[in-house]
Amino acid sequence: MRIRVGHLYPDYLNIYADRGNMAVLARRASLRGHDLLVEPIGLAEPLDPDAYDFLYIGGGQDREQALVAPDLVEKAGSLHEAQAKGVAMLAVCGGYQLLGRGYRARDGTFLEGAGLFPHETIAGETRMIGDVLLRCELEPGEPRLVAGFENHAGRTLLDEGATPLGRVVHGFGNDGESGYEGCRLGSAIGTYLHGPLLPRNAWLADWLLRRALAHASTSEPPELARLPDELEAEAFRVSADRAKRRGGRR
Amino acid sequence: MDLRLELETSVARAVGALSRAVGRGGGTTLPGKLVWKVDPGAVDTLAARLGSGVALVSATNGKTTTTSMVAEILGEKHALAWNRSGANLLSGIASALIASRKADLGLFEVDEGALPEALARTRPTAVLLANLFRDQLDRYGELEIVAERWREAVAKLPGETTLVVNADDPVVAELAADRVRTVRFGLDDPRHARPGLQHAADSKYCVRCGTPYSFAAAYVGHLGDYHCPSCGHRRPELDVAARDIELEGLLASRFRLVAPEGEIRVRLALPGLYNVYNAVAATALALAVGASLHDVRAGLERFNAAFGRFERIPAGGKTIVLLLIKNPAGANEVVRTLETGVPPLLVIALNDAIADGQDVSWIWDVDFEPLLARAGRVVASGDRAAELGLRLLYGGLDEERLEVVPSLEQALDRGLALLDAGSELVVLPTYTAMLALRGILSERGAVRPYWEEGKA
Repeated sequence: MRIRVGHLYPDYLNIYADRGNMAVLARRASLRGHDLLVEPIGLAEPLDPDAYDFLYIGGGQDREQALVAPDLVEKAGSLHEAQAKGVAMLAVCGGYQLLGRGYRARDGTFLEGAGLFPHETIAGETRMIGDVLLRCELEPGEPRLVAGFENHAGRTLLDEGATPLGRVVHGFGNDGESGYEGCRLGSAIGTYLHGPLLPRNAWLADWLLRRALAHASTSEPPELARLPDELEAEAFRVSADRAKRRGGRR
Repeated sequence: MDLRLELETSVARAVGALSRAVGRGGGTTLPGKLVWKVDPGAVDTLAARLGSGVALVSATNGKTTTTSMVAEILGEKHALAWNRSGANLLSGIASALIASRKADLGLFEVDEGALPEALARTRPTAVLLANLFRDQLDRYGELEIVAERWREAVAKLPGETTLVVNADDPVVAELAADRVRTVRFGLDDPRHARPGLQHAADSKYCVRCGTPYSFAAAYVGHLGDYHCPSCGHRRPELDVAARDIELEGLLASRFRLVAPEGEIRVRLALPGLYNVYNAVAATALALAVGASLHDVRAGLERFNAAFGRFERIPAGGKTIVLLLIKNPAGANEVVRTLETGVPPLLVIALNDAIADGQDVSWIWDVDFEPLLARAGRVVASGDRAAELGLRLLYGGLDEERLEVVPSLEQALDRGLALLDAGSELVVLPTYTAMLALRGILSERGAVRPYWEEGKA
């Protein structure tokens, strides 16, 4: 089956190896006989909410984020519509911030976001940098771990009742205090974790693929053939160990 | 000499000797760390005593190599206080100052983050700012944060300080925009331009108006001949340039160096366009502190690679070629150097200590693909060998051609075992992996420890 992927602003938001996430999705889809068709969506290009099964937005430097933010506000209506129709989404770091209501800089100026995720971000004094380990439960009764690396000055505060991606076991997470990391809204996930995220968290890559396939086939998320994933497991183990030994320290 | 400083520096020298004696490495930073802790002002005082002044070098890539080239050019006419081992924080500079009592000229490479303090304390006569790439994001955050600190520090420099900048790097070149005493260097040979900007290119947007630059030539990452189609901002005129560049694979490069003082032809025994950049940068700085073009040519032609950056080490009838990789831009250039003759066997070693960068995501921004399509076999090694293995697999390397061997020693032996006699084993290590590999080879008697380098 063909999975149509829209990659938002790949020329601007690509700082933390976002193409690693795309490579993982493409290969894991292809090993199961599916095709990933990736299309870049640039500044001032329209976003058709019915054209994609999966949308990806990565992280950038402050300067690049400020350049794309107004365009993302233009696309907000389409993003909301796509999310409501079950399009799978992954937003990492800067992209995660920009999909919230906005970013309050240290000088008080407010950079408006797309308002998809129920959160707001405030610039902090110090950066939160290091390895992270999370406990997630995206499917009830199926607890899972996620390992990654975070590097952000923004403190993201989830609205009352919003669902985080997971709880921080080691590391800082959204704001360094709440114990929450990321945000989950149906088939959309936002997170600070890069590293990149998906190579060492193969189960999460497959979760996103299943959601994208469900959208493509307008059915329930299909089962995917298991892959050996030995190297993936080893990379996860080392990364989780780093988080335990050195995550969440300033 | 003031008594307190005299006492401090003698104690510190003794500590350095002790550190070497007990086998705790080169003792290159310990004396400085001590003095730096007890009396940071000692750096100011010791630097002020240097009769011919101080020259500083900072950049994301090429600091150690460029500084070593400058040392080779200036070393015949000056007694240098030089942080040769690459210990480039203030404590390393302090150590070099303490160790060289008779020096008349200070030559220091400086960590990007430490530059503002180094400028304030050493009051240099000339400063070389060579490039800014995305590097260890986990240490300094974003490139723009480093650039902003540099802007603030440069604004405080007195007018008599000569600022030597890379005109091909828009963010760095802009630092010299309003200054009088400047030297701008760059490359001028579009035959060596990349077909387009690479994936990891930084500083793609006009520093004045934010529009994407248009590149007449992109040489290394975002370094090149740029202009803004919207506001017209463009690469400034070059004062010192390399032209007619010929690259000879993994062996050498030849080029013509053009400066206001005249021009010379140079053969550099180092591979890759990035080393041509280092040589032009070193030339511009050396000329700024009084070297002649004759000194430049002699120095560059004598030059052998800086420690660990590029080394050929004989190992029992075979040869190990070490090429340091540490960030996307640097690693892309190493890959490019290997592209002309992809080695049949490659060892890549990824560590994630502080000096390597704890965030290993940068390996996904390196364009390894040209090597993966043609290398017969790749051994992934180091503390993050599995992560590196995934990068290579997902980048298209066949599973049968990948071996994951975390232990550096075992990876080295595996590589040597697979290698035909008389051929070269190409090893691409990150910084601490390079140190460890050199340590292993040194125990086997193949190389000397780094603190003895250059003493023969």
